[in-house]
Amino acid sequence: MEAVLKMATPWLILILEALVLLVVALLHVAYTTYAERKIIGHMQQRLGPNRVGPRGLLQPIADVVKLVAKEDIVPSGADKSLFYLAPFISLVAGATSLAVIPVWEKFALANVNVGLLVILAMSSLSSYGIILSGWASNSRYAFLGGLRASAQVISYEVAMALSLVGVMLMAGSMNLSEIVKAQVASPFKIYAIPQIIGFFVFMVSAIAETNRTPFDLPEAESELVAGYFVEYSGIRFGLFYLAEYFGMVVMSALAVTCFLGGWAGPFEIPGIPFFWFLVKLYALIFFYIWVRATLPRYRYDQLMGLGWKILIPLALLNIVITGLIKVLV
Amino acid sequence: MGELGLASKYLPILILAILVFVIGLSMIIVNQILGLKRPYPEKLERYECGLPPSGEPRHPFSVKFYAIAILFVVFDVEAVFLYPWAVSFGKIGALAYIEMVIFIALLLVAYFYAWIRGAFRWE
Repeated sequence: MEAVLKMATPWLILILEALVLLVVALLHVAYTTYAERKIIGHMQQRLGPNRVGPRGLLQPIADVVKLVAKEDIVPSGADKSLFYLAPFISLVAGATSLAVIPVWEKFALANVNVGLLVILAMSSLSSYGIILSGWASNSRYAFLGGLRASAQVISYEVAMALSLVGVMLMAGSMNLSEIVKAQVASPFKIYAIPQIIGFFVFMVSAIAETNRTPFDLPEAESELVAGYFVEYSGIRFGLFYLAEYFGMVVMSALAVTCFLGGWAGPFEIPGIPFFWFLVKLYALIFFYIWVRATLPRYRYDQLMGLGWKILIPLALLNIVITGLIKVLV
Repeated sequence: MGELGLASKYLPILILAILVFVIGLSMIIVNQILGLKRPYPEKLERYECGLPPSGEPRHPFSVKFYAIAILFVVFDVEAVFLYPWAVSFGKIGALAYIEMVIFIALLLVAYFYAWIRGAFRWE
């Protein structure tokens, strides 16, 4: 009995850690939706949600309850199995990347050597969810939205992958904890200063990867009604919604880790080792929301032009310059 | 996590993926239990802003999307080549840098060819 317990303990700890991480992340995702509505409300001289609970703080919970109680409609012409599968692919691919993010020095759920590759692979996988839902819904809007979304996501995927090469050059590693440690040891403490081009390219393509304004053409509610998930209802729609916000949190966390020094801060906060990580994370999420409230949507040709004609050459230039400096210094 | 061995370093990723899947699935199950079920033919029709749906939903689409997909493959493979180069850059030095500049230059030739031939024109 004791031997079994001894064998099972590391597994139980691992599962518990994963569960805690996931619950904390879900809370963050839920309250990101609240923060978004509240902040955009105030930016547009409105109050935002304020009915459910004090200052509307229970709004995300009310939203989930509402979605769970809604009818789950599957359109008659839909490809059922793909239709059921698609939101899961989006959600799992979006949320799993969290496993490799080092929240503080001693905690990354999976401290693997190829952390960056895992994240890029997951963000590639999430485009399957988009394509499949667009195809399976058997609807014109969904089909167009899915096509646009997949073209956009793979275009910006390239720019994002290339923008991270500069970080790898400077850190000499793909392990995210190592990248943070190398960053803290570097003269500027954060890579956002020497890698300013890479940081810019990364932030723009991260917004496009997560399909958010001003690059939310796949959803474009004023022309495609909701794009690839127009036929989804009830909590299946909720899963796509969750996946989108998970993507936002993951991309912000990745930017914090790769460019803004991760858990390191100007001074130690006793007792809360992940304090600076969260501060930077919230700042970036606020930035995302701010961008959404400020900029109008791009046109599709502008969007593809920006990705292929500006961001990719910039990212390549960044690699060449970073390499040159590394050779000379 | 030393007790679990080296190969299981990737295990937490799988565990997290399974947990996310279970949470998503349980939400859908709750939805099936709590949600209304009153389907009728008009409700199950595909949504086209209230008008009766017309034509094929999966109509032919522009060949541009294929061109983008092909370019994506080329550039993503390039990124995959760049990764190991970037990680081991400190050990291999200046020669590897020159080689990579030549590689990127070769790729830029193809890139500008695609540009001139209008692969990035979306009007």
